[in-house]
Amino acid sequence: MSGPGNIRLPEPWGSCINRHQPLAFTFEGRRYQGYEGDTLASALAANGQLMISRSFKYHRPRGAFSFSGLDANAYVQVLDRPNVCADNLPLAENLEAQSQNVWGSLRRDRGVLAGHLARFMPVGFYYRAFFRPKGIWPLWERLFRRSTGLGRISEQTAPAECDKQYLFADVAVIGAGPAGLSAALAAAQAGASVLLIDDAPAPGGSLNYARFQRPRGEVEAIRGNLIQQLQQAGGIRVLKNATCTGWFADNWLSIHDSKRLYKLRASQVIACTGSVEQPMVFRNNDLPGILPASGMQRLMRMYGTRPGHKMVVVTANLEGYDVARDMVEAGVPPVLFMDMNQQPVDAECIAWLNSRGIETLTGYTVREALAGPGMHSVKGVEVIEIDGRGTPVGSARRVACDALITSVGYAPLAQLLCHAGGQLIYDDTIHSLKMVGCPDNAFAAGSVRHCYELEAVLRDGEIAGSKAAAAAGFDAHSMAKARQQEDPGGGPAVNHPWPIYPHKKGKDFVDFDEDQTVADLENAVADGFEHPELAKRYSTTGMGPSQGRLSSLNALRIVQRINGKPLAGTAVTTQRPPYKPVPFSLLAGRSFQPERLTPMHHWHLQQHAVMMPAGLWQRPAYYGRPVQRDVQITTEVNAVRQKAGLIDVSTLGGIEVRGPDAAEFLNRMYTFTYSKQEIGRTRYLLMTDEAGSVIDDGVAFRLAEDYFYVTTTTTGSDSVYRSMLRRLSEWRLEVDVVNVTSAYAAMNIAGPNAREIVQQLESDIDFSRGAFPYLAGRQGRLCGAQVLAMRIGFVGELGYELHVPSSSALSVWQELMRAGENIGLLPVGVEAQRILRLEKGHIIVGQDTDGLTFPGEAGLEWAVSHSKDYFIGGPAISHMKESPASRRLTGFLLQEPGGPVPDECHLVLSGEKITGRVTSVAESPTLGQVIGLAYVAPEQAVAGTEFEIKLGRGGRVRARATTLPFYDAENLRQRL
Amino acid sequence: MPLGLLKYGFRNKYRGQRYFPAEAPLRPSYDVVIIGGGGHGLACAYYLARDWGITNVAVLEKGWLASGNTARNTTIIRSNYLTPEGALFYEESLELYRSLANELGVNLMYSERGHLTLAHTDAAIRTSRWRAEVNKHLGIDSELIGPDEIARLCPQLDLSDEVRYPILGALYHPPGAIARHDAVAWGYARGAMELGVEIHQQTEVTGIEVRNGRLAGLETNRGTVAAGKVLQAVAGMSSVVARMAGFKLPIRSIPLQACVSEPLKPFLDPIIVSGSLHAYISQSARGELVMGGSTDPYPLYSTRSTLDFTEGLMAHMLELFPFLGKASVMRQWAGIADMTPDFSPVMGLTPVKNYYVDAGWGTWGFKATPVSGKRMAETIATGEVPELLKPFELERFYRLQQVGERGAASVGH
Repeated sequence: MSGPGNIRLPEPWGSCINRHQPLAFTFEGRRYQGYEGDTLASALAANGQLMISRSFKYHRPRGAFSFSGLDANAYVQVLDRPNVCADNLPLAENLEAQSQNVWGSLRRDRGVLAGHLARFMPVGFYYRAFFRPKGIWPLWERLFRRSTGLGRISEQTAPAECDKQYLFADVAVIGAGPAGLSAALAAAQAGASVLLIDDAPAPGGSLNYARFQRPRGEVEAIRGNLIQQLQQAGGIRVLKNATCTGWFADNWLSIHDSKRLYKLRASQVIACTGSVEQPMVFRNNDLPGILPASGMQRLMRMYGTRPGHKMVVVTANLEGYDVARDMVEAGVPPVLFMDMNQQPVDAECIAWLNSRGIETLTGYTVREALAGPGMHSVKGVEVIEIDGRGTPVGSARRVACDALITSVGYAPLAQLLCHAGGQLIYDDTIHSLKMVGCPDNAFAAGSVRHCYELEAVLRDGEIAGSKAAAAAGFDAHSMAKARQQEDPGGGPAVNHPWPIYPHKKGKDFVDFDEDQTVADLENAVADGFEHPELAKRYSTTGMGPSQGRLSSLNALRIVQRINGKPLAGTAVTTQRPPYKPVPFSLLAGRSFQPERLTPMHHWHLQQHAVMMPAGLWQRPAYYGRPVQRDVQITTEVNAVRQKAGLIDVSTLGGIEVRGPDAAEFLNRMYTFTYSKQEIGRTRYLLMTDEAGSVIDDGVAFRLAEDYFYVTTTTTGSDSVYRSMLRRLSEWRLEVDVVNVTSAYAAMNIAGPNAREIVQQLESDIDFSRGAFPYLAGRQGRLCGAQVLAMRIGFVGELGYELHVPSSSALSVWQELMRAGENIGLLPVGVEAQRILRLEKGHIIVGQDTDGLTFPGEAGLEWAVSHSKDYFIGGPAISHMKESPASRRLTGFLLQEPGGPVPDECHLVLSGEKITGRVTSVAESPTLGQVIGLAYVAPEQAVAGTEFEIKLGRGGRVRARATTLPFYDAENLRQRL
Repeated sequence: MPLGLLKYGFRNKYRGQRYFPAEAPLRPSYDVVIIGGGGHGLACAYYLARDWGITNVAVLEKGWLASGNTARNTTIIRSNYLTPEGALFYEESLELYRSLANELGVNLMYSERGHLTLAHTDAAIRTSRWRAEVNKHLGIDSELIGPDEIARLCPQLDLSDEVRYPILGALYHPPGAIARHDAVAWGYARGAMELGVEIHQQTEVTGIEVRNGRLAGLETNRGTVAAGKVLQAVAGMSSVVARMAGFKLPIRSIPLQACVSEPLKPFLDPIIVSGSLHAYISQSARGELVMGGSTDPYPLYSTRSTLDFTEGLMAHMLELFPFLGKASVMRQWAGIADMTPDFSPVMGLTPVKNYYVDAGWGTWGFKATPVSGKRMAETIATGEVPELLKPFELERFYRLQQVGERGAASVGH
């Protein structure tokens, strides 16, 4: 096809384009030329290319409709960007775009076959078929999956770097049309800081193309005046090319442009979001070349082009007359002008048109569009007389044309107001949808409130702006007291009540995204889907990318008429964010995945530690080369057992608990008793939830009567701290808790040589055996740093857990390493620590417990006090003591050394019944055999009892229950 | 072209096949009244009629049919639960699902896409292995797999170790499926209707009368209704309705959000879940990516969407699939998840005689629709709780005999 080339109307038509800056671009592999300021769709229209896409289901040729980026039928693929709105996409030099959802090419789409089979695809057809005989559906599904979807994602797309910005405003105004401009100016005049958000490159909205029933020059003057005031006004920030996509609780707005997501908190918000012109429904109403008056005006005024040469206009309102005047003025008069009303809305204009030789008809409508070859274009329309109720009478007549302009009314773009809590219901005085139930700090002005006359719109905006400023605490002028009219749409009717002319041969589309016709809705209702929401879900009307902007109103009209129910008061289906689709990359922003590193992190890396994640932290798993993993781990275990090891335990949570009720607080939070704990002593902490399940453990070090330092597990620190805060607010004890996890780093030096090493360091703490016994805690200084030292033994050796301020931790660590250099001190990772504690029979909460482990089941009865009045989980634990235990954690050894070794979480069986699972298992370097912990049935836990463990690949191994610990049963080592 | 559609095509007049009855007056009395016209309530009505011949049944729905969590879930179906009780229960659901389309005569678009629960930590690997072992022992197809196998099943995933949470392995559950959620409810509604069950939309229960510990009747916005037995199946409002009947449920109601992308040409076959990243994703028959995460951090009965949700979820999506930056979120929504302390449902008898409960469906209600309907029908018809449901009785909380499903994963989809 050879298009006419880049043909434009003479200036001043085309206010947005720069005719001195031609741009070459490619669509569907063909080169075209447009101008700077064009959108892809307008440039294609100037080249005679109105067909842009194929529809979702029937692959019918489609083009842009509103020319404002609101309809999915203008979606194209731009390289690796799917679903780009061609009527919103600024033209750029060498832009390359492709149609999507075609099978072949846009012009020759083999997918049209689906359209020919439409009669076999009634509404919800896919629910009726393709599943008989049983098992056949996956084959059909494969076929369907090949044809579903719109744009194509490229797996090669590189991650985009998008950022986010927080904004604040007293008053946010969404939409910079006449209502928005006047609202912003009024609010700013009252002293409010205003953010004006508009999705177009230049403010003005409908002032950029409409004529409001007056010479265009007057509109230009009003626009010029408003823009000038905007530039002169202080306190207004304008976000251009920015779409507000969500209005969340407490006036939290999401706004984005092509590169950034803005998150705005506004005291007051005014939606001046306008309205979107609605299509007429008749046969072939979806052909490229059929567009609404506002689309036509945008095309002419802003882009200086038009959709055809022989054009027909059909209108029900004054806006249609405006278009006709525009067309005459631009030198492209319509060949036929029709007013659907029984009396012309503007008889004077009819006479004016007639005087120019333009045929006019009153009381006529279009009932069908006649398609050109391949349905690519319009070749004519069938027009017919209608009576006062809109029913066609008489015989139809065909008129040749290549474009049709319709003007039958609008639907408010009230999606954002709906997010804020409002609801759209049908109002039969305006034949449109009306907003009800908006919150107090949500305002609206202009055509979103069905206010259409320019003076009324400007006043509506001014009142809303003043009221919003006043509500935000500013001294707005008298306008703030003026009431916005309840029903500002008092002027001539804008919406035709029933612009719907079903055709017996169908293709009378209600929803362009989903190819739903009048018959589809009728049939949906016939199938029992009478409620408009159900009709929507069954037919998928309104579920496509336009989210019902162009279909909800007509669908509601049709469904309620079929139901025989009144339209008035009926709500349209719920509107949900986002108002327009938002790219993942903008929502994601820069990837902030928090990662916590201990002060020794880089030291570990220098020592070739292999790191592993532990919650948000990174910890050394072991030191050395991965190929020697097992050897390294064994070396580290042996170092602790025979000499000494240094383990970075900074990831443990640290919480300071202070106040007169500190001990009582711990008594309630944990299972043990802390009121009698001596100052300078440490005590094990075990936390259970209300159901008595173990959820965390740690150590409490009493520093003073009213002061405890409490540790938590690595992953538990945040939740323990949060739950402490919550409980404090409930119990109202005199206690403060501070999460000092990051403030302190910690290291555990353990092994027979540990004391000798710490004693080499400069300290005011007496580390001698007599002065610092097992389970004691000391505070003082170590290597010049403040230190909390606890003599505890997770790994079952003489050891000290040293908590020092993070800033000093690395130097203390290095001092220790230096001091231990010659007596066998090695850095030790998590893997060795796990083996060491397993040898000692110590559990790891989360690994050796699960969501429902009672202390008794895990051998932790000793840590539960029964003399206290209350602790969280206490009642449940007491209760559970009365019923027989269902399982028990036991140590086990394998019956056949050298045989297969089970893995953690392999099942313990009794016959075929699952009685438990292995929770920890390792080859113990110290004992020279495989040792493990497992949940088993209570009778299987008796020492010496044999039980079976099922291996993952099948097969079973026999194991024998044994008492804990495996190592140093007399606990002599830790008391050295 | 299937024959059924050919017949439609060649007929001149469309022959409707009603899924639901037309509006009809509410009768004063029924043998069984089911409060809640979602998937579970409709399924129970269907099985009451089919299996037990109890057809004097009314399903009362306060809004439009299946407008609650049935319409809001993300349609994932699986049985790879951690506990034997849970796994066996959901396995029966899967079995029912597999033949449901043919039984109800509605294409549910039941699609076995395979379900991968990614493990990014060694703790997650351990839990995955635990689930796999329990599942395999019970005959459920489930296996812990490594990165190579993951790459074969879903080559689009970023399996490099350059990311914040490298993928170490996954729990692979080949029968994991998605289905058209609405169609499940509609199919049950039609099945029940054809067997004589009444379905009343826009009918809200406003009061439950209990006398001497026995159910006495229901108040509705359309008048009083007497009922021999009543089942409440009102996920999202369970504790509110139970309170009307005078008893408490151990439930916290928490919003759960989800969203879909614009339609894209299919590229993602399996269902991908990441517990550590709190994210899951599948691609629907329409080409939309259906995505969700963990529940909101606070109890609430509002279904308003939040921006935090899509921001956080998309960051995680791009961690898993870095190339998805140019796909767009088209719509987000929220449902209310009734969370129990042990992440397992509550089914069976209640302290009120002749009043039955089907609740606590948290984030796992859709996948249980057939089995809960079938087994609750059995419970109502016989007055006895079947073995399969025994672990899920309300009474377990009085005895602290919870089901250990909580250990499975923070994202339970």
